[in-house]
Amino acid sequence: MSGGRRTAPGRRRREARAGLAFVAPALALIAVFFVVPVLAGFALAATDFDIYGIGDPGTVRFVGLANFTALLHDPVFWRALLNTLYFVAVGGPLSVAASLAAALLVNSRMARFKGVFRTVYFAPVVTTLVAVAVVWRYLYHPRFGFANQILGLVGIPPVNWLGDPHWAMPAIILMAVWKNFGYNMIIFVAGLQAIPVSTYEAARVDGASAWQQFRHITLPALRPMLVFVGVITMIGAFQFFTEPYVMTGGTGGPLNATLSLVMYMYKQGFRWWNMGFGAAVAFVLFLIILAGTLLQLRLRREHE
Amino acid sequence: MKRAGRVTALHLALAAVAVATLLPLLWMLSASLMPAGEASAWPPRFLPSRATLTNYVALFQRLNLGRCFLNSAFVAVTTTALCLLVTSLAGYAFAKLRFAGRKRIFGALLTAMVIPTQVAMLPLFLLMRSLGLVNTYWGVIIPGVAPVFGIFMVRQYALSLPDDLLDAARVDGASEFRIYRSIVLPLLRPILVTLGVFTFMGAWNDFMWPLIVLTDETRYTLPVALANLLGEHAQDMELMMAGSVLTVLPVLVLFLALQRSYVEGIAMGGVKE
Repeated sequence: MSGGRRTAPGRRRREARAGLAFVAPALALIAVFFVVPVLAGFALAATDFDIYGIGDPGTVRFVGLANFTALLHDPVFWRALLNTLYFVAVGGPLSVAASLAAALLVNSRMARFKGVFRTVYFAPVVTTLVAVAVVWRYLYHPRFGFANQILGLVGIPPVNWLGDPHWAMPAIILMAVWKNFGYNMIIFVAGLQAIPVSTYEAARVDGASAWQQFRHITLPALRPMLVFVGVITMIGAFQFFTEPYVMTGGTGGPLNATLSLVMYMYKQGFRWWNMGFGAAVAFVLFLIILAGTLLQLRLRREHE
Repeated sequence: MKRAGRVTALHLALAAVAVATLLPLLWMLSASLMPAGEASAWPPRFLPSRATLTNYVALFQRLNLGRCFLNSAFVAVTTTALCLLVTSLAGYAFAKLRFAGRKRIFGALLTAMVIPTQVAMLPLFLLMRSLGLVNTYWGVIIPGVAPVFGIFMVRQYALSLPDDLLDAARVDGASEFRIYRSIVLPLLRPILVTLGVFTFMGAWNDFMWPLIVLTDETRYTLPVALANLLGEHAQDMELMMAGSVLTVLPVLVLFLALQRSYVEGIAMGGVKE
């Protein structure tokens, strides 16, 4: 064989050809089943595509921003947007706080059976959301649900959890926190284990209390993870759909109190076949999530 | 003495959270074994008066949920197998094979991750419709076969493969595909196990897309069948609990068996950022 190992032009060409061939299936799938639909979605939002459009695409007309104008005047859309913001603004921080607390508990130096507790806390994460939402629907049953029985033990009158517009969203948030806190807990535990034990020991020698150690050592060390976890939790929360779908029988009720943006898109697009209008709702969701992601990048850059 | 008190308090807190976490799941299991009507009896009971499998029998015999179980298994297994093939090829190529535009394409893929999948769903449904894939398993499977995060995971892992090993195989005259199959794939095994568990669970638990694509009850996956069952059998609490157990059990068992690689995958994604 002549020529150096890395300079043989035939070999380089073969490697380049193989590289393209190896990425081709993935790229083709992503292009056809993701990129094209996303672009088509933007176009769809500017049309009046509806049930007639499915039968005969010839009836579809370009309507410009008419769907977005209609959206702005649609009280149900605003309801869905506010519900979604409620879920994100209350459920997000609650979920991150629960994850952090659980991580501090299972990672405590004095704790025993750490592995068992960690596995138990994580179990809800892997469960099927539809199935556990069914379970929680019964836990929230106004007459024989466990939620009201626990309240009854301390003398609080029963609450119509999923039937009362004021309580339906808190009930769903509580269930979502239960389902998800284990995921972020794992990320926090990894972060906590990266803090050298000697830092805490030095602080204790200096007489720092447990709270001071948490405030001045743990929290600053976890800051990058808090930003990351905060944003992925927020982005995930903006897309909630299954919880209200299962727990309110596909309505988003009572009185649209749990209707989320994605659910509204689903109802408009797939139940009433107002696909142009539904695509406009999806576009709003896209803008919100894009803003969230840019915020994350900004925060991370500031940190670095 | 003070320390002992703190240790006790800590373990009480740990146990309290564990009870709160497990209670809904244990009650699901317990109620699924109750005779009809007992879960909604007064005064309420946590354990069945006598455990019975009637509800499970009804699920399989009367409601045909065994079929949905097989649908779910087929969809999840096929999605996972195809996903591992596609992402391992692409992830390895992005990490180790030099070709024109490699960096730019990979960067574009990462940027595309910002876009929520729901944005694509309406046009994707129309596309599936024109391809005749609505109400088919392939309509459910195909969109999940090339996840960008999977390609990313494999690429990050493949970056650490030794170049000398690959070059030596090239000098020996091995074809690029042969190198992928005989050298790269075995070395990627740990990351593929992790990614495989993620993909399987994601496909098994997925709800929204199967709900949209599948219209025929005999093709429903378990989550879709369960949500549908709730519409007609909301009063049969014990039956619904049995359906929930049937849906949750396979993923829970898989998690307990492979939890190390699953948890490592999450920690990796979180810490790398």
